[in-house]
Amino acid sequence: MKQSLFENRHKAEWERFALALERLERGKDTSQVAAFPKAYRRLCQHLALAQERGYSSFLIDSLQQQVLRGHQQLYRHRSRLGANLLGFILAGFPRLVRQEWRFVLVAALLFFGSLVGFGVLVYVFPELVYNLIPADQVREMQGMYDPVAGHLGRSAERAASEDWVMFGYYIMHNIGIAFQTFASGLLAGLGSAFFLFYNGLMIGAVAGHLTEIGYGQTFWSFVIGHGAFELTAIALAGAAGLKLGWVLIAPGRLTRGEALRQAARQSVLLVCGVMLFLLIAAFIEAYWSSRTAVTPLTKYLVGAALWVAVATYLLFAGRIRHAPE
Amino acid sequence: MLEHTAPPGKAPLIPPLDTRHQVETPEGIDLPLRPAGLMVRAVAFSIDLGLRAVITGALFIVLAFLGKLGMGLGSLLLFAVSWWYMVLFEVLRQGQSPGKQWMGLRVVHDDGTPVGWSASLLRNLLRFVDLMPFGYFLGAISCLQHPTFKRLGDLAAGTLVIHIERPLTRPQLPEAEPRRSPIPLSLSEQRALLGFAERQAELSPARVNELAALLAQPLHISAPKAVGELNGIARGLLGPT
Repeated sequence: MKQSLFENRHKAEWERFALALERLERGKDTSQVAAFPKAYRRLCQHLALAQERGYSSFLIDSLQQQVLRGHQQLYRHRSRLGANLLGFILAGFPRLVRQEWRFVLVAALLFFGSLVGFGVLVYVFPELVYNLIPADQVREMQGMYDPVAGHLGRSAERAASEDWVMFGYYIMHNIGIAFQTFASGLLAGLGSAFFLFYNGLMIGAVAGHLTEIGYGQTFWSFVIGHGAFELTAIALAGAAGLKLGWVLIAPGRLTRGEALRQAARQSVLLVCGVMLFLLIAAFIEAYWSSRTAVTPLTKYLVGAALWVAVATYLLFAGRIRHAPE
Repeated sequence: MLEHTAPPGKAPLIPPLDTRHQVETPEGIDLPLRPAGLMVRAVAFSIDLGLRAVITGALFIVLAFLGKLGMGLGSLLLFAVSWWYMVLFEVLRQGQSPGKQWMGLRVVHDDGTPVGWSASLLRNLLRFVDLMPFGYFLGAISCLQHPTFKRLGDLAAGTLVIHIERPLTRPQLPEAEPRRSPIPLSLSEQRALLGFAERQAELSPARVNELAALLAQPLHISAPKAVGELNGIARGLLGPT
């Protein structure tokens, strides 16, 4: 068949397809969607015929463009975000954490190990804190948690309206740190390991120092509540990063690129869970931890309950499969 | 030109000479994608960076009037703009941030489909590593050594930045009397002849004559009349209009 005959015969069909394509791309009026896959496959057949018969470049190229646009509409990845999110929170995330328990364990050991280690070290050798943290930062920290000041958190005088300010600050600061800890895992896991160790060191040193100078009550009652979510989240972000790094070192039977893509798909889910945790942490930190009307004892009790809740959630949620998932 | 006929037996496909990236669809069609190189992507990123700076600046001026509420809102927005700007634009606007749209680029999955939430989030989170140790050093190196110009984030997320296809206009074939080719033509020769006729308007007359003269001998036609003859054969291949 000559090219011009071929074109004349199918021109009307191609124009209809182009119209349907435009409607789909704009995401409006999807009434003719049912006929779309069939029309797309016809177009693919026309393209194959045109190539096989050696028709001109203009015809082949324009058919190719149409097929590419059709391919993008037909095979787009649609996510039912709402339903997925609920299933993810209820079961998917804790399951994933348990599935990746090796990385979670290593990350937790690195982070909490350096936290506790340097906490004890600074408590026993108080001068050490000035080797780890600049002196003016130490002074600032002391100002924040001074029991005499009567207010808690990042500034000495803190009104209720400032809770909101701090909420925003915590979101930006903490999720930023978590993202860094995760992303730098791509450097063979070294970045994640560094950030886990470094953050553990900083927090541990501050905790040890404040306890040692007698500000323990204000500090611990402030951090215990949101710490459950915040510290766990940092450790999990590190675990996700370590996973990325590990598959680069030991990709198993896959190529490094393929192993990385598969690991990254899992890791990004972990990071989504981490974001959720940090959102909760920022909320608690801004609106509960900073309240001074509550006695420290209540805060310890609530804090302990939160730690237990996080541990229970990660260890036991989603063990039984439910129908609605 | 790309060879479109199937190679004999199980011979591996010859990779194209240019940077085109072939994606085979489930329908058995090879779709060529055109990956975008480092420079054009850098320019697109600079545009986005400038735009973000303007947005953040404007927001802070407005929010400064709102006092404490504004400060809280400001940090949330700063967070959103610094970490989510690219993700939101890429997912909600068919793989195009404003800078990419300006430069005619878009982000797609390796299989040519529009980028989704998880891939976009991943490639933009891992931007942090591409930026290391300073000014996109790792990203640029990765981009320059990769056949489809992927930075590290693209490698992990399985995404590709491609040039948008521009709509084609139908070329006018030069007038000539349709005729048969004196010798049988293979498919790629047919396409070459049609290409010669279609692109003639873009070439200078001297170049047209030079190209046609190359074919005069194998087609057994006289060199001075070669252009007309070739156009005639192209017309003949195309069929009556």
